[in-house]
Amino acid sequence: MSALDVIGTGDERLAPRSVARRLLGRPELGAVVGAAAVFLFFSVVADSFLRASSMGTVLYASSTIGIMAVPVALLMIGGEFDLSAGVMVTSSALVSSMFSFQMTANTWVGVGVSLLVTLALGAFNGIMLVRTKLPSFIITLGTFLMLTGLNLGLTKLISGTVATKSISDMQGFPTCRDLFASHWTVGSVDLQVTILWWLGLVVVATWVLLRTRAGNWIFAAGGNADAARAVGVPVARTKVGLYMAVAFCAWISGQHLLFSFDVVQSGEGVGNEFLYIIAAVIGGCLMTGGYGSAIGSAVGAFIFGMASKGIVYAQWNPDWFQFFLGAMLLLATLLNAWVRKRAEASK
Amino acid sequence: MITVDGNDASGTPGPSGDTPDPLVALTGVSKSYGNVRALRDVSLEVHAGEITCVLGDNGAGKSTLIKIIAGLHPHDAGGYTIEGEQVRHSSPRQALDRGIATVYQDLAVVPLMPVWRNFFLGSEPTRGRGPLRRLDVAQMRATTHQALLRMGIDLRDVDQAIGTLSGGERQCVAIARAVHFGAKVLVLDEPTAALGVKQSGMVLKYVAAARDAGLGVVLITHNPHHAYLVGDRFVLLKRGAMSGSHLKEDITLDGLTREMAGGSELDELTHELSRSRKTGTMDGDAATSDAAPATPAPAAPEPTPHADPADPETTA
Repeated sequence: MSALDVIGTGDERLAPRSVARRLLGRPELGAVVGAAAVFLFFSVVADSFLRASSMGTVLYASSTIGIMAVPVALLMIGGEFDLSAGVMVTSSALVSSMFSFQMTANTWVGVGVSLLVTLALGAFNGIMLVRTKLPSFIITLGTFLMLTGLNLGLTKLISGTVATKSISDMQGFPTCRDLFASHWTVGSVDLQVTILWWLGLVVVATWVLLRTRAGNWIFAAGGNADAARAVGVPVARTKVGLYMAVAFCAWISGQHLLFSFDVVQSGEGVGNEFLYIIAAVIGGCLMTGGYGSAIGSAVGAFIFGMASKGIVYAQWNPDWFQFFLGAMLLLATLLNAWVRKRAEASK
Repeated sequence: MITVDGNDASGTPGPSGDTPDPLVALTGVSKSYGNVRALRDVSLEVHAGEITCVLGDNGAGKSTLIKIIAGLHPHDAGGYTIEGEQVRHSSPRQALDRGIATVYQDLAVVPLMPVWRNFFLGSEPTRGRGPLRRLDVAQMRATTHQALLRMGIDLRDVDQAIGTLSGGERQCVAIARAVHFGAKVLVLDEPTAALGVKQSGMVLKYVAAARDAGLGVVLITHNPHHAYLVGDRFVLLKRGAMSGSHLKEDITLDGLTREMAGGSELDELTHELSRSRKTGTMDGDAATSDAAPATPAPAAPEPTPHADPADPETTA
């Protein structure tokens, strides 16, 4: 159907698309269907899965991945990866803990210093990317390895062990804990504050993505960077901003890690970057960029949470979790591809 | 369609007759990349309400010329004036700010984004302030629809991904976008390459609509048939140098085609070909079809399928 034909036939239009058709066009659809399937599955095989208290645990597990899946999804829509996201969380926690301990400063000072350092790490990733024009896979793989080494090396050098010293008796600790690691009970359900952080981030990211100029630029930077540049979109600035958003969320996650356990193991976080990417991809983000949503990443993280805790409630050997995750990733990606094909054909 | 009709009357008889300065004028422009002389001594003029066609085979220097006009590369020698003022661009943004909009063949749009997001990409209108500063979505949708309608494109749904449009429609959206954002000069890089006859006709029609809206148009092409349909001036490039420059009234389509293929070389080729095929068909025909090597359907005198009275060629 060319535009000319449409003109020729005057006002004749297609009937408005049905609600089902519109839903098919959403990137999250595949993830929502998958989430419903996983929920039903564990409801049947695990008796305790449907208890309200179990939901609190599932949501907590989802939120720890979800907080990072949101910026990783935005970054993926912008056409890039960040393999250093997992260890950056640990780095952020280590900086905060060790700065407060060594300087015997208020923990809030450590939290502030950690924010600056983590944002600088994100900016490093972003600026390296736009300056060298190397693939983000290589650059962030480099950052990932360097941070892994730094986390272990510096922690041993400063604390003498692979874990940091406890900072639970330091000034400012209780208030920091309130912000990053508190929990409260509603009825019989124990809810962690990370769930609020997670949902808040999803709302903000969705707003940015769909209703701001920056969001338009993120889609364009991932969809066709050259075309975006040709019409005046600051592609480089957008990408650096995205890496700093990942760093900002790594800071939130890192502070949660620190203030919920008050010590940090320096080897933690390795491998988590893939969980974030998996959540984003299950949520409908296209590996090649230019398509996806923040809500989808939340649904992806929720699937992850249900699977990781559901296996425990079903009293299976948790070793099967990895297999389950891999199978789910493949299924979700296939489903997404199929849905997208249907959606594009329906237009 | 109405617009094409309405503007036709005012568009044809030498618009803005009191200002002699062309919108864009290149005089003796040259450009080298290292020791490669990509462009030597090229001159052209673009006037408001006129279409200047730049014709040449592959490697003739067309893309270098477009890059100079669009501001991607500065020129080495010669003069580049916009409305009589000497300029030297160092970025596409500068050219854009002076009203020169370039539509590249492949770089026009972001395929997975909806039409309205593409239309305003890089120049999005916002409302509200501070953290509530947001895209004016309703206005963006409505404006996109209207701007496209004004160019004669009636989209069913501005929410569809622009990648679902045909190649010709995508070019048209890019042209409509340039017109809407107040471009004075529209530079089109091979807008009809890789398009079928019908789609080419559609694109040429919107090129003519942009001209009738008072824009100066630079149309880069290697298809003399398309050029002759809409062009007012023709500049021929060959191996980086200018091999001819004509007004429409001074040259015929045959003349243009022959010159583009390189007059004497073509005669030689015709001779050779007719010798190998003893029963040489009509010489003239063979010449025409050989001269346009990249045209799938060489004789396309009427590529606009739904021809109506306000067709481009009637204005010539």
